[in-house]
Formats: sequence, structure tokens, C-alpha cells
Amino acid sequence: MVHLQDFTPFLHFGPVRFLQRTEQATNLSGGTNVATSAQRVSNEDGKISDPAETTEVLLQYYRDMLLIRRFEEKAGQLYGMGLIGGFCHLYIGQEAVVVGVQAALSDRDSVITAYRDHGHMLACGMDSKGVMAELTGRRGGYSKGKGGSMHMFSREKRFFGGHGIVGAQVPLGTGLAFAHKYHGDGGVCACYMGDGAVNQGQVYESFNMAALWKLPVLYIIENNKYGMGTSQERASAGELHQRGSAYGIPGRQVNGMDVTAVRAAAEEWLAFIRNGNGPIILEMMTYRYRGHSMSDPAKYRSKEEVSKVRTESDPIATLRSRILDNGHADEDTLKVIDREIKIIVNDAAEFSQQSEEPDPVELYTDVLLPA
Amino acid sequence: MPIDILMPALSPTMTEGKLAKWLKAQGDKVSAGDAIAEIETDKATMEVEAVDEGVLHQILVAEGTEGVAVNTPIARLVGEGEDVTAGATSPTPMTASAAGEATTAVPPGSAGGVGATPIPAAPVATDDEARFFVSSKQQSVREALRDAMAEEMRRDPTVFVMGEEVAEYQGAYKVTQGLLAEFGSNRVIDTPITEHGFAGLGVGAAFGKLRPVVEFMTFNFAMQAIDQIINSASKTLYMSGGQMGCPIVFRGPNGAAARVAAQHSQCYASWYAHCPGLTVVAPFAAADAKGLLKSAIRDPNPVIFLENEIAYGQSGPVPEDEEFIVPIGRAKILRTGRDVTITAFSLMVGHALKAAEHLASEGIDAEVIDLRTLRPLDVATLVASVAKTNRLVSVEEGWPFAGIGSELSALMMEHAFDHLDAPVVRVTGADVPLPYAANLEKLALPQPEVIVKAAKDVCYRT
Repeated sequence: MVHLQDFTPFLHFGPVRFLQRTEQATNLSGGTNVATSAQRVSNEDGKISDPAETTEVLLQYYRDMLLIRRFEEKAGQLYGMGLIGGFCHLYIGQEAVVVGVQAALSDRDSVITAYRDHGHMLACGMDSKGVMAELTGRRGGYSKGKGGSMHMFSREKRFFGGHGIVGAQVPLGTGLAFAHKYHGDGGVCACYMGDGAVNQGQVYESFNMAALWKLPVLYIIENNKYGMGTSQERASAGELHQRGSAYGIPGRQVNGMDVTAVRAAAEEWLAFIRNGNGPIILEMMTYRYRGHSMSDPAKYRSKEEVSKVRTESDPIATLRSRILDNGHADEDTLKVIDREIKIIVNDAAEFSQQSEEPDPVELYTDVLLPA
Repeated sequence: MPIDILMPALSPTMTEGKLAKWLKAQGDKVSAGDAIAEIETDKATMEVEAVDEGVLHQILVAEGTEGVAVNTPIARLVGEGEDVTAGATSPTPMTASAAGEATTAVPPGSAGGVGATPIPAAPVATDDEARFFVSSKQQSVREALRDAMAEEMRRDPTVFVMGEEVAEYQGAYKVTQGLLAEFGSNRVIDTPITEHGFAGLGVGAAFGKLRPVVEFMTFNFAMQAIDQIINSASKTLYMSGGQMGCPIVFRGPNGAAARVAAQHSQCYASWYAHCPGLTVVAPFAAADAKGLLKSAIRDPNPVIFLENEIAYGQSGPVPEDEEFIVPIGRAKILRTGRDVTITAFSLMVGHALKAAEHLASEGIDAEVIDLRTLRPLDVATLVASVAKTNRLVSVEEGWPFAGIGSELSALMMEHAFDHLDAPVVRVTGADVPLPYAANLEKLALPQPEVIVKAAKDVCYRT
């Protein structure tokens, strides 16, 4: 059992901390990979005066994160009703990571992740109906019902999965980056992994090749503190953002509960990657509220630990307060968004039950493409 | 409108559970995400969270109640300030949907959901290959493979070669000789010794619209990479509903070489041929090596291309026409005969031909078929041959259990049972890790004499 007092030092959910841009540049040319506290600036009142943070942008983040939250809650409900089978890993609590990174990506870039993937798909602009219908195993799903929660893709939205083997998406994402470089299309691969994946050997095989060949890949470690039921400190020696240091890959820790901090960090380092400097590792300090999967009672952590994060650092509540406190919008405006999201999610749930199961002939299709 | 909160399933197998504790009371305000109750299953205690917001109007199942069926309404939620006139719902399970009504219909044309095997079509004529041999040159398998890659790289700029020592060293077995000079280091790429990594990187590149040719120094080392080959390369098209094609070739020497012992000598033919989503090719002749590698590179799916170190130096006629290709999925009858069919692939084809010559001297007329492609197997050609000879001897270097010969034996049971005059016989490598000592190694691998004996056995000759 991890007690809250042991756990707190690993969380950076307090005052917003982000990297000072000028010092990042110095940092890189000096070849130092770890930002020290002296290189960070704390903005104690939690307000960031970034010109990119217009009302429109903040409301969009709010909307995008809320969509993921409500979608996942609905997925949990449908799972409870027996409409979704197998494994179902919810993203609740981590929304700021994918929404912040996605906000910094361009339409040339590709995205790949592991099996806690619903949020990534929604952030990539995939249709919530198609995602939910895949969860229920229906023909209207992104994989025609043949992939399920962990295996979904959209070439159109440049989302390359949705992979069920821990760590396997890392060489794949590195290969997508290789393809970006080979084609010279200017794209970067945003390659997500959890804190559990970072101890897989193939991750380091990938880091080596990516650094060696200066591949355009942004490695994002979503550190939600637990690889299934094993806490990060029981599984991983050292700091995760330093895991690329042997290969000369710069790594940074980012407050993954603050969508604007995530976006700022991603934007900063994507520019570095696009300039041909090779890969970067961003460790997003985040937290999942639910169990590892639906059938995980999460006995390995205290309720107090979860409720403390929910109360003090929830990415959506924090942004909501900031929007209200800074006068970007009023309660009524946010309530309109809440209602819109509710309709979208209910429509997705409805579609996912109305869509038919796959035609039996689909059993034998999509094994091979015709030569 | 009031919303019923239903007893949730907390695992794929849960059908009922105990409502251990209510965390909210009637009249409490509830927000989405709030824990409202604790449910106990035989495995764990878990919290139920509200999905909608409102006021907990009515608790329908008291805490402490055991055996509450999944989907039974356990509470009712109403909007804040909402007037509720509807009566209490009796706690009976609701049917969630038609999801449980599994369809078991089998599509027409399939051989069934269990143990489905391909139904043989008519044998394919190979005359279209023969016409290319009008103008040919003598080449080693090694040179033929190199030319195949070079021609395809000239034809398609998305084709590239990667692997250990493929560029500056010119290939551990010199198969990629000269490619670096012609195509440069962006397309002929030396990798670190990192099989799992570069196999996965290759698959990712194939998802990114490239056509990688990934060389394994030997297929023994591909065991480090097999997760990426099977789980990523072979399954993703299916799991993506047909979106994620993966045009990649994994190639390199397979099976025993000479005196390199167990860890460097395994035949992986049956391992890969087992897997839907993969195509598996194992040529013997130089012309087939070239023609099939060109087909493999053009194929939109992952292809396992099994070469053989000993065969690299063997020569044969190779058509000069660059349009010469050998279609995947087509066996080749190398020697026609009436009395017994001998099938083989890769290096064992040479042994089978030697055995057939010897058998001819004893008056047994053997038909020798080079399988060339192991998946999809050319069942039609095999069945037609066995219909004529009524006997089958399968030769392979790999182990007997669940090997290619085992599959051939089953296929003959399914498709040629009435034609068989003798049981199918498998000539295989010995069921041991390959030994180092010269005499033991020879004993462990199929030799022409063993094939001769097997053929005579099925012909009931001594």
C-alpha cells in the first residue's frame, strides 16, 4: 500500500510549473537533459499570460477534455451493462495530456499509443460514434467491430493505434517517424507510452535508433504512477524523463494535469524535433482515477490518494476555475458546453447499441489485402 | 426524466454481486464521477460511479443485499428540481441489448469456423513462368536475391533495405552486395544489433507507406523480434478492419547451415506458416528466389521469406527479363512421376531430387514438388499429384511435431483420402536441438537415403 505522504513528492500538481523558454535553449546546447528547479519558474497564482491562451483556445481545451471524460464515464457505464466486453482501460484523469499534446501537433503528424487509447482517438478528431461502436463490437466501429477497445485506428486522422502489447507501440512509432523522415513530409510522430512500458527492452532499442538517426519522434511518457497495480517507485529505478539520457535524448518532466503546460511543452519541443534535432522525451506527470481496467478494484492505493488528486488537481476542474476566475466565460457558457458534450456522448452510446454486429462474412475479411 | 442506475458488471464474467454499501443517501446531490455505492463480487469490492448528474431520488436495492443481478436498477436519479410522479420501478434485470445473441452463421464458401482449411482450386499452369527461360543467365541464389532487391528498388522509391551489416559490410552473407553503392545510405541501412527494435521500426515504416525489406542475419535471431512480426505485422490489418496494410518483407537464412549447432540452426517454416495474416515463402532454385522475392516486395502484406545459407552459393538459370516474377502460392512440379509424390521446400528440394534419381534406378518413378510457398499452400497441385501417385512423402528440415509435414498429412486426409494407397510419411529433422558434432548433425538432418527409404516404404518395396 502506498501512503499518501510517500506519494506526494512524486506529484507536481501544485502551483503550475513550466520551463522557461530561453533557458531551455541554453539547456539543449549545453547538452544537459534535466531541468533543475532553478530552471523552472513557478507561477504561484496559477495564471499563465501566454498569448496563445485566448478564450477560444481555453474553451476548446475544456470541451475536448470534457468530451473524453464524459465519453469514458459512459463507456464505463456501458461496460457495466455488459455492452462492452473484454478489457476496457479508461483515461479518466489524464485528459490534459492528450488534449495538450494534440493542440501542438500539425496535420502532418502521426499519433500512436498503447491500449488506454480512447482519449487519444477523440483528441485526434475521430468520431465518438465510431469509437464507442468499436467498444461495443459493432459494424459501425472504426475496426468494424474486429479490434475492440485496445485496437482501433484511423488512417484518415493519422491515428495509428491502439496497440495491446505494452511497449510494442514504441518501435512502431519510431518507424512512423522513420517514414516521416524518409518521405520528407515534415511530420513528427507523437508516440505515447505509460510509465509501465518504460521498462520494456524494445523501448531502448527504439530510443537508440531514433537518436542515432535523428528521427522526428516525440516520446510522451504518461506517468500515471501505476503500471497496472505496481507503483512507479516499485517498478522503475531513477527518473523516467532521464531514461533517454544514455542516448543523448533530452527529457523533461511536465505537469500533465495542466493542459496549457502540456501544450506549451509539446509546442516547444516539437519545434526542436522539426528542426532535425532528433527525439525528445516528455514525462507527463498525471494520474488515472479509475483502476487499470474495469475489473481492477485498485486496492494498491488509498481512496484518500485518489480523492486528493481529484479535489486538488483535476485537469478539467482546474481549467474550469481558471476560465471562470479570469473572466473568459461564465457558468452559463460552460453549461452550454456541458450539455453539448452530453448530447454527443449520448448519441455515441445510442449509435453503439443501434449499430449491428458485424456481418458473419467479416470473419474472413481483412486477413490479407488483395495482391 | 428520471434515470435508473443499474447494477454494473465489474468484470467480463460477473453476473451478480452484493450491494455492499451506499455512499450516497436519498436526496443527495450527485455529480458525474461521484462514487455512489460499493459493490462486492467474489473477487473484489469496487465503487460504482454516477455517469449523470442529479439528485439520488430513490434507492431501490438496500445495502447488504446479496445476489443482485447485473443490470437490475439499484437506484433512481432525477434532475435537480425535477418533479417526479412516476412510481418506483420493481428491481428486475433489464435486457441490455441484442449483444448476447451471438450469430453463429458461417459465411458461404468457408470451410467452417473450426479447423478451416483452404479448399483446393484447380492446379495452376506454370507455363507463364516457363516462357521467361528462353533467355536466361546462370546465377547463384545470392546474386538472384540481390538482383531482385535492386530491380524492385529501382522500380519503387519506397522500397528500402535494412538490417545488420546490410550496407557497408555488404551483407553478412553478401546478399546485399552492391546495394549501398547504387542506392545510398538512406535506402540501404545498417542497423544496430537490435532485432526486436528494427523489426518493429520496419513495421511502423510499413504503416507509414514505405515498403521495407528487413534482413535478419538469420531467422534464429528473429525470435527476438517475433512479437512485432506476429502481433504487429500480421494482425493489425484485421484489427483495424482493413485500414492498416503492412507491406513488409522479413528475409534471411533459415534452418541449419553447417556445424553451427542448436541456436543457429532452427527451421521456422511451420512457426510462421501457422499464422493468418502472414505469407511464407521458401524458395530453392535461383530463379524462384528472384521471382518470389520480387513478388514478396510487391505484395501488400507481410511476407516471411525463408532463405538458406547453403543454397546461397548454388547456381541455376535465371531469366534475364526484369518482368519475370513467380506468383506467390504456386508450387512447382520439378519432376513428374507416377509412383509416389515427394514434396519438399528450400534446401530439401535438392535432397528430394537426388532421392528421386536413385529411386528411378530402382524402378520407382517419383514426382517431386517444390512447395516454394508454404502459406498459402498450393493444395490443388498437391491433391492432383496424389490423385495420380496415391502416395505422399513430405520432406522438411524442421522438427516433426506440428510441422509442415503434419499439415500436409492432415490436408491429404481432408482432400485426398480416397486416393491414398499408403499413409502419408513425414521425413523431418530429428526431434532434438541440432547437435554440433559432424556425425550427430548428419544424423539429425534428413538425408537423401532416408527419403529413398520412405518412398520405398509407401510403395511397399524393400
